[in-house]
Order: sequence, then structure tokens, then C-alpha cells
Amino acid sequence: MSETLLAVRNLRVTYPGDDGEVRAVRNVSFTLGRERLGIVGESGSGKSTTGRAIMGLVGRPGRIEADELRLGDTDLRGLSERGFRKLRGRRIAMVLQDPKYSLDPVMSVGQQIAETHRSHLRSTQRDARRAALEMLQAVHIRDPERVYTMYPHQISGGMGQRVMIAMMLIAGPDILIADEPTSALDVTVQTQVLAILDELVRRRGMGLILISHNLHLVSAFCDRVLVMYGGQVLETCAAGKLAEARHPYTRGLLAALPRLGHRRAELPQLQRDPAWMADTA
Amino acid sequence: MANAPVPGTARAWLLSPAPVSRTQARCGRWFRAWLGFRRNRLAMTGLGIVLLLVLMAIFAPLIADRQAATLQVLADRLQPASWRHPFGTDEMGRDIFARVVFGSRITLTIVAMVAVIVVPVGLAIGLPAGYFGGVVDKVLMRLTDIFLAFPRLVLALAFAAALGPGIENAVIAIALTAWPPYARLARAETLTSRRAEFIQAAELQGASSLRIIATQIVPLCLPSVIIRLTLDMAGIILTAAGLGFLGLGAQPPAPEWGAMVSSGRQVLLDQWWVATIPGLAIFIVSLGFNLLGDGLRDAGDARS
Amino acid sequence: MIALDDVTIAYGTGPRAVVAVRNLSLAVPEGEAVGLVGESGSGKSTVLRAIAGLIPHAAGEITLAGRRVDRRRTTAERKTTQMVFQDPYGSLHPNQTVDQILALPVAIHRLDRGEARIVQALAEVGLGREHRYRYPHQLSGGQRQRVAIARALILEPRILLLDEPTSALDVSVQAEILNLLARLRRDHGLTLLMVSHDLAVIAHLCERIGVMSNGLLVEITTATAMASNAVTHDYTRELLRSNAGFDRSSAMG
Repeated sequence: MSETLLAVRNLRVTYPGDDGEVRAVRNVSFTLGRERLGIVGESGSGKSTTGRAIMGLVGRPGRIEADELRLGDTDLRGLSERGFRKLRGRRIAMVLQDPKYSLDPVMSVGQQIAETHRSHLRSTQRDARRAALEMLQAVHIRDPERVYTMYPHQISGGMGQRVMIAMMLIAGPDILIADEPTSALDVTVQTQVLAILDELVRRRGMGLILISHNLHLVSAFCDRVLVMYGGQVLETCAAGKLAEARHPYTRGLLAALPRLGHRRAELPQLQRDPAWMADTA
Repeated sequence: MANAPVPGTARAWLLSPAPVSRTQARCGRWFRAWLGFRRNRLAMTGLGIVLLLVLMAIFAPLIADRQAATLQVLADRLQPASWRHPFGTDEMGRDIFARVVFGSRITLTIVAMVAVIVVPVGLAIGLPAGYFGGVVDKVLMRLTDIFLAFPRLVLALAFAAALGPGIENAVIAIALTAWPPYARLARAETLTSRRAEFIQAAELQGASSLRIIATQIVPLCLPSVIIRLTLDMAGIILTAAGLGFLGLGAQPPAPEWGAMVSSGRQVLLDQWWVATIPGLAIFIVSLGFNLLGDGLRDAGDARS
Repeated sequence: MIALDDVTIAYGTGPRAVVAVRNLSLAVPEGEAVGLVGESGSGKSTVLRAIAGLIPHAAGEITLAGRRVDRRRTTAERKTTQMVFQDPYGSLHPNQTVDQILALPVAIHRLDRGEARIVQALAEVGLGREHRYRYPHQLSGGQRQRVAIARALILEPRILLLDEPTSALDVSVQAEILNLLARLRRDHGLTLLMVSHDLAVIAHLCERIGVMSNGLLVEITTATAMASNAVTHDYTRELLRSNAGFDRSSAMG
């Protein structure tokens, strides 16, 4: 029985807007143990905001509220920026979509990985460098010594994402949140990066939250899938059981996907039911 | 808390999410930008100052006595502030208040004339340089570099020596050294949008280069050029004041603020108001333009 | 309708030229829809841009509707071929209303009945009067893409080039746009050439599919063949494998 690494109950994220408040996340609840949770949804569903709220990355004027938002023993509600900084990278980490934008362009990639190690574990330069090289190897980068000295613009997208993963996991966090980690990558590279993520998460016994718009990907990779729409969780599916999804939104989404080998004259279009936007909690 | 517009009002028409005419759409856009701008208090202060300057210039004859601005009453020289002379009198016995008020016209004229020259010239040089690139770009940018190398005051001195002092020559001198940054700005904006897909779409539809530059690129360049202009105003005013100070701008007895500061230099210690009041006017107007420019820039940033 | 004969496209000239597409030959008959798949760097978008006349081609011949074309096109030639771009956020001018965006091609080609054409173009893509005077930032991604399609069709082209038209859209919106494209193709007898990295999307719209890798067209196959993995080239097989998605059981082995 895995312990609960992250407990979220009735998470709410609101932004002030010109025409009243925007409720980006509405009463989202879940627990995460040493397992993989997928959060799936279209743009505007609140999936990325949920991940950011957990990391304390929702900037003012956004407001985070929850009945419970606990990382292990630490209450994340009302935690100061300083408090979050201690957690980020050390106990919970986040991998974002495009390494082009999430890596510092003026530092070599090796230095960036080492810097993470030094700032959390207060190691020496030499130890940090060694740890960084080990991490580069762990993400299956051949010739880590050479890649260590390269700059982000010199490496490909897939390698950049692996560098991101190395950087995020080097301080040994318990939970990794991956927000569209493979969406900016080519299809063949996607498989490689996912395999690396799979291996690392399994070997380290981490908890993983995978946020994506790709239903099939999330269903294949994760143990459980939360389907979000309009800031709420409409349905929870078990891995590989997407075909048995019950909510009309999930079924509509699945039906609307073109499939190789099942040619249809017209793709069934999702009919949005306004009832889905109503508060479920 | 929603500030939902009451249907049927002008505000509702402007904020309508489904405009039914080009005019409505355009007005709505300006109105929304205005709402964003209005929230910035400093920007509104800047706008207020600039409006005050404009109103003062327009209604000068109603605010102060035109005669008093140039009439020399030597018996009344260097008088401190009083009911008859709210800002006192200068070394020739002229009413400083009237001179400041009428001087606003000169300031505004200089600023407007420079703006009218500098923006079109900057766009005309920067846009083709950015759009066509290659040889055109190199030639135009070297031309820009040449003018950029001239120090403003030195060029103005040269002009004054060659053509004689006066407002028009001062304006030309300022404009000649002020346009290069606008060309560079226009070029930079053009380079960024040159590869944008909507430009490629226009090319695909068969639009000529001229049409693309005029209808697609100019609207993109204008906001930053205008913001730059308002921020530059302060510098232009100060340069004009500097030229006036050196006797190269408006000639006496015209109440140009810079010249007023200059002539008040000799009596600065005892009759401080003669130099300080016009100096304050220069300062406040420059600050006003600066705040306005900052506000416009912030409004532009917030929207994008 | 579209004929590419031994086309080579390069960026830059001289010793530092980068060859993006090499010796490509492809023929698309009138009314057919052909797809080009490949990864980034394969040259598929480059081919599209060369056909559109946005970039020059270094060697070979491009023939559209029976006329040989190169980078410089006459206004009349421009009418034949139009393109829908990938990014709905970048392909519409941010400071122009939908009305202005659609009025531009009408003005360029001095078409008659401009007002009627704009209204009809909007109706064909499923937009209404309420969208006509909005700015792009007031439209959703799907609506913007519809405007892009309307803009492409208002000139009544015979060839429609599609550069990843649904990659930036949500799944539900993608279905709407794909259905729209299929219907418009039928109604107007368009010849389509579509580029995408998504095999399922391409297979949905196109009969024939060309696979590109590193500037070369490695295989031309069909959607049916792909579905049953009856493909000849190794790279195509690899693409199909990756497209099948992540397989956890094989990873754990």
C-alpha cells in the first residue's frame, strides 16, 4: 500500500476578471501515492493550472484555496514563496513543455543541472558536476561529458527535454509533475523520452502527475486518469480502460479522434452539453 | 462585482463582443485600451499635464494678456510675485506668467513640428530597410548611422551659424538628429513581423510589397513609434530649451522657456523666480510626456 | 493539378546553403488529396512553401494547373493556389478585424461583389455576422482557423495547401475543422496537399500519403496500407510504431 505523497481536496484557483471572477480550477480532489496519475483535458480545462497551483506557481492576482493541499507533512496552503522554493526541486519537481523556453539560454546545460544540485544539497562544485554527469547518463545521453558543456540552442528538442528531466530529478524529489512533456517533440522522440521518464519514475519509486491533452498517451502511461473540463474533474478512469469511460464528454472526445485504420466519412463532433459546466461537487 | 454594461448605453455599444460594423469594432478597441490606460494613475497624471499644456496653448489669449508677455516696463523690473504679476516680472519688466502661458505655444509648436517630421521620415527609412533587407537595408542603415553620429546641439549650432537663429531652424536641427532611432525602431519591428505568417498569407494572396508595408506592417510599427515619441518629447523639449538657452531658438522677445531660463541666469541668486519658473514649466511638461509615454507603453504591454 | 519534377529546395546560397528538400517528384491529380508526413526537419513544410511560391526552389520544375511556376508569380497565378497555416494565432493580423482580413484579397484582385463574397465565405466556414467585425484575439483557436480557411477560399482557388492545420487545436475543435475541410473539398472540387506529423489526421483526409525524411520522399503509400502496416520503407515502419503510442509492457520488459 503506497503512502500518500500528495493530498488534494477541493482545490480552487480563481482569477479576478473584467466580468467577474474566473474559476480556473473548481473543487479538484485527488490523492497521489507512488503511482502515476494522468490529468487530461483540452485548453481551458484547468489541468495546467492545477499543476501550477500544487507547485505554488500561480502568480498574483490568482488565488489558491483548498480544503486540503498537503505534500507529505507539509501544508502547501498559504506557504510563502520562500517555503515553496525549498520544496521545488527537492521534494516536488516540474517538467514543462518546451525545453527551448525552460532552459537558461546563456548557461551550459551541465552547469544548469549542477546548479540545481548545489542549491538544494549544498554540494561542492566537483560533487555537483559528478552528480550532473551521472544524471545525464541516467537519461540515456551518450557522451555526457560533451553534452555537459553544450548550450541549450545546440541540442535537439528531445535531448533538451532529457536535460530538463535530469535537472528536475537530480535533487531526488518524491513527485514529478510533467506538463505536456512530449507535446513539442517529434513522434519518434516522444517514445524515447517517455521511456526514460517511465524508467526513472519506476526505479526511484516516485509519484508522477502527467498533464496532457493526449488521451491515449495518458491512458497508456498512467495508472489512473482524471478527465478535466471547465476546471472540474468530470471522470476518473483506470489505466487502459478508456474505452469504458462513462462520461459523455470523455466518450465524445474519444470518438472525435481520427484513427488510423478506421476511416470515417465524418468525424463525430463533440456536442458540448452546458450541464458539464455546472458544479459537480 | 461585474461591471456589466447597461444595454443600450454607449458603453454597451463600445464593449459589445459582437460588433456589427467596422466603426464599432474600431471604437470598441480604442475604448478598451482607454479603460486599461485609465487604471494607471501616473499615466493619467501625465495625460493631464499634456492636456493642460495643449489647453494653455490654445486658450492663451484668454488666460493671460498677450501684451504683458512682451511689453517691457522697465520700472517694474524684477518684481516678485504679486496680484498683478502672479509669477513676478523678469529683467525687462515683462510679466512672467504671461510669458510662460504664451511660451507654451512655442513649446507645443516645436514639439509638434519635430514629431511631424521625425515619424514619417523614420518610418520611410526604417520600413523598407527591414522589409527588403540586403543592399537596401545596408545603405539605409549606414545613412541612419551617419545622422546618429551627430550631436544634437553641435548640429544646431552649425545650422544657426549657416542659416541664422530662429525656431524653424531649431526644429530642423532637432528633427535631423532625432529621426534615426525611429528608423531603427521601425526596422526592428518590421524584421520581427516580416516572417510572421499573416505577412506570408498576404504575399500568398498576391499583395504587392507596397501594399503589405502600408496595410500590414505600418499598423504594427505605429504603437511603439508613438510611445517612443512621447518618451522622446521630454528630450526634445529640453533640447529646444537648451537651444533657446544658447540663443539659437526663438529669438527675443518671444517667450520661449529656454531663453527665459537663460536670461534669468544673471539674477538667479536674488530674483530666483525669473529663471526658476520657466525652468519648472520645462520640468513639469517633460515629466508629463514621460509619464504619458510610460503609461502608453504599459497599456500596450498589458494588452499583448 | 500539382506536379513536382525532381525538385530541390535549399535555404541560402553558395557554400553555406542548406538543402532542405532533394530530388522530390510528386504528382497530385485534380480533386485528389495527398498528405505529406514526416518529422521536423524532413522538409515537408518546405515543399509546401515552395509550391505556394513563398520560397524559391533551386532545381527542378513545379507545375500548377498546367503552368510552370517559380517564386515570382503573377496576380492571376496567385489565385490558383492558397494555403492555410498552422498557427491560428500567427496567421491573422492582430490589428485587423475578420472583415478587413477577408477584404484584403478581394481588394488585391479587384473582385466584384466584394460584400457578398465576404458574407458567403464566412457562412461557408460556419461563422456568422457576429464574428465579422471581431479582432483575432476575440476569437477562439478554432474560429481563427475557420477565418484562415475562409480567407484561403475567398479567391476560389483550385489548389489548397494545408500546413498542419489542426496541430494547434484541441481534439474536439480538430474534428470540426477536419470535417469542414472534407466538406469544402467536396463542394469545391479542391485539390489538397496537406502536411502533418499526425498520421491519423492525414489518413483521415488523404488518399495517398507521402513519407518524408531528411529532405527525401522515401515512400508513397495509402492510408489503408498504413493501417495494415503494408509499407515498404523502414522509416515508415518506425513512424507507424511511434504513432501507435507508448507501450508500457514492452518498456518494463
